[in-house]
Amino acid sequence: MAMVEAARTDATRPEGWSLAATFQAHPALWLLAAFMLVLPAFASNFVLIEIFGWAMILGMIALSLMFLAGYGGMVSLVQMTVAGCAGYMVAIFGTSVMTDISLGWPWWVGVPLAIVIAVIFGTLSGVLSVRTEGIYTIMITLAIASAFYYFTLQNYTIFNGFSGFNAVRTPVAFGVDWRSPVPFYYLILFWAVLAYLVVVYVSRTPFGLALQGTRDNARRMAALGFNVTAHRVAAYAFAALIAAIAGVLLVWHGGQISPGTAGVGPVIDILIIAVVGGMSRPIGAFIGAIIYVILRTFALDALVAVGLDGKRFQLLIGLGFLLIVLFSPDGILGLWARWRARQRNNDRRA
Amino acid sequence: MAALSVAERLSAVGTANALELRGVTRLFGALAALTDVTLTVRPGERRAVLGSNGAGKTTLFNCITGDFPSTSGTIRFFGEDVTHFPPHERIRRGLRRTYQISALFTGLSVIDNVYLACRGVSRGRFSLIRPSRNDALMNSAENLVQAVHLTAVKDQLVAELSHGQQRQLEIALALAGAPRFILFDEPAAGLSPTERAELIVILTSLPPHIGYIVIEHDMDVALRVVESVTMMHNGRIFKEGRPEEIESDPEVQELYLGGGHG
Repeated sequence: MAMVEAARTDATRPEGWSLAATFQAHPALWLLAAFMLVLPAFASNFVLIEIFGWAMILGMIALSLMFLAGYGGMVSLVQMTVAGCAGYMVAIFGTSVMTDISLGWPWWVGVPLAIVIAVIFGTLSGVLSVRTEGIYTIMITLAIASAFYYFTLQNYTIFNGFSGFNAVRTPVAFGVDWRSPVPFYYLILFWAVLAYLVVVYVSRTPFGLALQGTRDNARRMAALGFNVTAHRVAAYAFAALIAAIAGVLLVWHGGQISPGTAGVGPVIDILIIAVVGGMSRPIGAFIGAIIYVILRTFALDALVAVGLDGKRFQLLIGLGFLLIVLFSPDGILGLWARWRARQRNNDRRA
Repeated sequence: MAALSVAERLSAVGTANALELRGVTRLFGALAALTDVTLTVRPGERRAVLGSNGAGKTTLFNCITGDFPSTSGTIRFFGEDVTHFPPHERIRRGLRRTYQISALFTGLSVIDNVYLACRGVSRGRFSLIRPSRNDALMNSAENLVQAVHLTAVKDQLVAELSHGQQRQLEIALALAGAPRFILFDEPAAGLSPTERAELIVILTSLPPHIGYIVIEHDMDVALRVVESVTMMHNGRIFKEGRPEEIESDPEVQELYLGGGHG
C-alpha cells in the first residue's frame, strides 16, 4: 500500500545496540524523558490522565499496528479489537458493577489471563488474514473487528450487550492505589516506554529483520528457507501482546468497557493515529496519538470559540487527517524528515 | 510429507542424483509451460539450460524450488521426494536459487540481506536476541559480502545499490549456509564485461561438491562455466549433451540461430 511507507531501521546503525547509543543519537530523547518523568509535578490530573495517559494507551495500540504495517506490510484493523478483548476479559474476570457476570478474581489471576486470551484472539485473527495481501488484509481484519463488535453488542450472558461493564476498578497492588492519577500515570508511562523500546529492539533481531524481509519480498524469503506464513502469524502474536497490555490499561483508564470501545469508529481511529504519526518509525504511533487526543479533547471548545457548532469537532479531526496525508504520505515523521533534509541542505549552502 | 528414515536418507545422500525430475508438467490454465520434463543431474554437476524466451527455463526453476508447484510428475532432491514440499523446506535441504529479476530486500542494508539468508538456513529464525559483535552467522554474512566484493557498501540500503551490485548480492544470498545445489537464473543479465568476468570467476571457483544449473543467454558465459547443456524448446527438453556437441548440433543451430543462417 502506497500510504504505508516501509519502516526503516537505521542503515548506519551502531554496532550492537544500547539504550545509551540511542540517546546519544537523539539528544531530544533526554528532554522528552525528563519532561515525561517530571510531568506530574506541575500538570493537573486531567492533563496527566486524560491527555498524556490516554495518548500513551492509544499510542501503544497504534504501535502494535505500526509493527505489523511498518515492518510486516500487513495493515491490520484488528488491533483495537484485541485491546477491547483484553479489556472485556479484565472486566469479566475482575470486579465490576455487573456482579452476576464479573467473577471477582484477584488482578494477578485476571489480568494475565485476559492478556493471554487477547493474544490468542489476535493470533487467530492473524492466522485468518496472513495469506491475504493489501486491501484484502484490511477487509478481513475489519470483518473480524465488526464481528467482535456485533457479538459483544448482542451477547448478554458474557459481554452484557449494549451497556457492557461499568465500574471496573483499577486494583490496589503492592501497597499502591493504582487508580489515583499519579501512580496510574507512571504505570501507563512504564508500559508505553517498555513497549516502544521492545519494538525498537525487536526490529533489529533476526525475527524483526525477517519480518521486514517478508514485507520487501515474501517469495524470496521462502527461497531463503523462511516459513513466511509462520513468521507473519508470530508477528500478529507479538503485536497482539502490546495491544492486549494497552487494552488492560484502557479499561482501567475509562473504568468501563462496552461494544463502542472497540466499534468501527475507534478501530479506524487507530489507523488514523498510525498514519498521521507515520509508520516508518515506532515513535510515529505516539506522535499520532497525542495529536489525536489533543484534537479530540479541544476541537469542540475551539470550534465553539470561533462561533461554530461544537458538534462538528469530527470535521476538524478529519480535515487535519486529510491535510497531513495530502502533504506527507509518511505522516508527521515524513514532514519532520523533509524539514531536516532542507535544514541540512541550507547548512551545506551557507 | 513422506518422511524418510534417517538410514534411508543417509544412504540416499551417497548414491542419489542431486536432482531427479520425472515427467514434470506445469500448466498455467490451458497453457503448458512445461511438458513431461525428465532430467537428471549428478551431485557436483554444472549444467546450462538454454532456450529461447518462453522455452520454460524459469518455470523449470520455479517447479524445482516450489515457487510454483508442478502440476504433475515427481521431483527428487538428493534422493528425497520433495514434490510436495513448500519452498522453504527444499531450501533448508541445501537447494538455492537466484532470480532473473533481482529479488532483494530493498528496505534493508546489504549486510542484513545476507544475514537473513544465513539465518534462513539455520536455527533461530524467530530469535528475539540481537546478533552480537562476534556472532557466527554475522561473521559468515560478512565473509559472503566480501566474496562478492560488496564490503564497501555493506551498510547501505539495497535500494541505493547499482544494478551490477544488486546482481552480485543476488548471488551472495544463494551462497549462504551450506548449499548443495544452486539454480542461477540469468546471473549475467545486465552486467558489464568486467562484471561478467568476475561472475565467471565466482561460478568456477565454487567448491566442486556444489553443483548448479545456470540459465544464461550469453553463450560466452554459459559454456565456460558448465560441463553439460540442456536445450529447451516450447516447454520440453529438446537436446542434452556436452557444450561442444550442442554447439555443433545442426538442429540446435537451426533453432537458436534461425533457419538458413547457420
